[in-house]
Amino acid sequence: MNPTPEQKQWMYRHMLVSRLFEETIEKIYLEGKTPVFNMANGPIPGEMHLSNGQEPCAVGVCAHLNKEDVVTATHRPHHQAIAKGVDLKRMAAEIFGKETGLSGGRGGHMHLFDADVNFSCSGIVGQGLGPAVGAALSRKMQNKAGVAVSFFGEGAANQGAFHESLNLAAVWKLPVIFVIEDNAWGISVAKETATAVDRNAVRAAAYDMPGVYVPGNDPDAIFVAAGEAISRARAGEGPSLLDIETYRLAGHFMGDAEAYRPEGEKEDLLRKDPILVYEKALLASGDLSESDNSDLKEYAKREVDEAIQFARESQFASPASALDHVFA
Amino acid sequence: MPTKDRKLTVARAMAEAMSQEMRLDERVFVMGEDVGPLGGVFGNTRGLFEEFGAERVRDTPISETAFMGAAVGAAADGMRPIVELMFVDFFGVCFDAIYNLMAKNTYFSGGNVNVPAVIMTSTGGGYSDGGQHSQCLYGTFAHLPGMKVVVPSNAFDAKGMMTAAIRDDSPVIYMFHKGLQGMGWLGTEAGATVNVPEEEYTVNIGKAATVSEGEDVTIVSLGMGVHHSLRAAALLYEQGVSADVIDLRTLVPLDRDHIFNSVKKTGRLVVVDEDYQSYGVSGEIIASVVERDISILRAPPQRVAYPDIPIPFAHHMEQWALPNAEKIVRACLRATSN
Repeated sequence: MNPTPEQKQWMYRHMLVSRLFEETIEKIYLEGKTPVFNMANGPIPGEMHLSNGQEPCAVGVCAHLNKEDVVTATHRPHHQAIAKGVDLKRMAAEIFGKETGLSGGRGGHMHLFDADVNFSCSGIVGQGLGPAVGAALSRKMQNKAGVAVSFFGEGAANQGAFHESLNLAAVWKLPVIFVIEDNAWGISVAKETATAVDRNAVRAAAYDMPGVYVPGNDPDAIFVAAGEAISRARAGEGPSLLDIETYRLAGHFMGDAEAYRPEGEKEDLLRKDPILVYEKALLASGDLSESDNSDLKEYAKREVDEAIQFARESQFASPASALDHVFA
Repeated sequence: MPTKDRKLTVARAMAEAMSQEMRLDERVFVMGEDVGPLGGVFGNTRGLFEEFGAERVRDTPISETAFMGAAVGAAADGMRPIVELMFVDFFGVCFDAIYNLMAKNTYFSGGNVNVPAVIMTSTGGGYSDGGQHSQCLYGTFAHLPGMKVVVPSNAFDAKGMMTAAIRDDSPVIYMFHKGLQGMGWLGTEAGATVNVPEEEYTVNIGKAATVSEGEDVTIVSLGMGVHHSLRAAALLYEQGVSADVIDLRTLVPLDRDHIFNSVKKTGRLVVVDEDYQSYGVSGEIIASVVERDISILRAPPQRVAYPDIPIPFAHHMEQWALPNAEKIVRACLRATSN
């Protein structure tokens, strides 16, 4: 089913928040890291994987999800977390390593856990698929509402975990949706040099489940495909695979010189920025008025400013509290 | 009901603990390879499928990566999975889900997400199964933070520790030695088949036990090694040496006080471990004594552990490498000769 104007605005709004959040993080990340780039310096140390360009995947899928549905996400998790409704202030504070963060600074940006909205992510490629299968099994066994969604990149589709998890979910007919965000690059290795098939959607046939390829990095098209897969899961008809064409507008991580990209690719991608394309389309179709648009942009700015301010002003936990929470 | 004379094998004791917990708690379920109608390759899920059915006793595909990951997701979502990793040697195909997710998610979530899963896995050799089906790997699991690790040596502990493991909100690695299981075809250590109460009970995780008291030397061991150590203690007694034999029962958290107090009494320490010698359990036991107070030792600590070699197939080579009572006696005599 096509999205309603309200759903379109929901998707657009979450993309705006995600993008602005990441643009802000990007600036802060560079504080203390110039002129010499040292990953350990600045208010946000460590690796930073930005998702700008990939927002349509997150909003197109999460527009169908409720709080009780489970999402397992990746090392590039901000757009997915924001679309799933993770508390933005506590998420920002976690990225800064503060005591008020989702886990008090023990996780960082690759390990965001928000139990209130059943969101988690992890740092290694292909890790989230098994846990999503398990969450779906849990719902089925407890006869509890909810589906599980595992987001991952096209690189993860070459992991054993992908094949084992799809098979297991199909054998047990579980309410789980596997979502590939195909951004064409595994760090510097192009998909076509690493993957035997043109489109990972065809791999679904090996596990007797629907596999749908969604071209265009278009929130509406993703919304439609995800809606079908999620309805199927909610109806007890088993798992599905979505294979979404998307683009990574930044490097794999901040500091990536992106020398591997063919000439002109980056410029071409920036011209196709999915948020600008969507904004234009919504304004043209009348699903978004100019005043709605400026309201949503203001909303995004307020949300992000408040979250960043909260993170900046929060305290660090005592170093020795690193010893807490090893066990339940 | 008095159950004094009801001897059970370790396998039956494990199954009984699981079935009792499954009756008490609907969230408990079992999955793994051949845990269903077959009852587990080592007999420890026998009878569960018949009582609870295929929904709660799940045969899985041979996909350890997926079902270990699924255990993490199910446990985080409110279930209490018991997962069998048929041989601990198979950890290599699924360790990411174990040590990067199961062991760390509580920490990474700041205590907001718990992973109450039990992984039960068989250890040990001695029956010529070759070097990919005979390892113990106690130290490998115990080294990585975030998982409790238990190693029962007899049926009483096996039942009580399984019950404790299922009720624990942290992930527990439950390592059972094949030679203690009571499966006829594996050659069973008779001392592991002991009286087991019918009612449910727990054996506390984190508490070692003194299984034979003595004054002259402390022998610390776990799993199958406890039985070798008891035989050694009997042989030593004939030679006028009395040994305190400690069954660790739990590797994480380690009952360091119990070990220290015994060595304080005897002044001598021998560690018996069927796992590889270097960088492992035996070194950690010795360190836990000497770093606290080296002056209590009257002789250098001794180790009877598996040499740092892959486990050979040929019977005479494997038996040569394994700990046994004679080696333990010699180590104790070296310690007490000072």
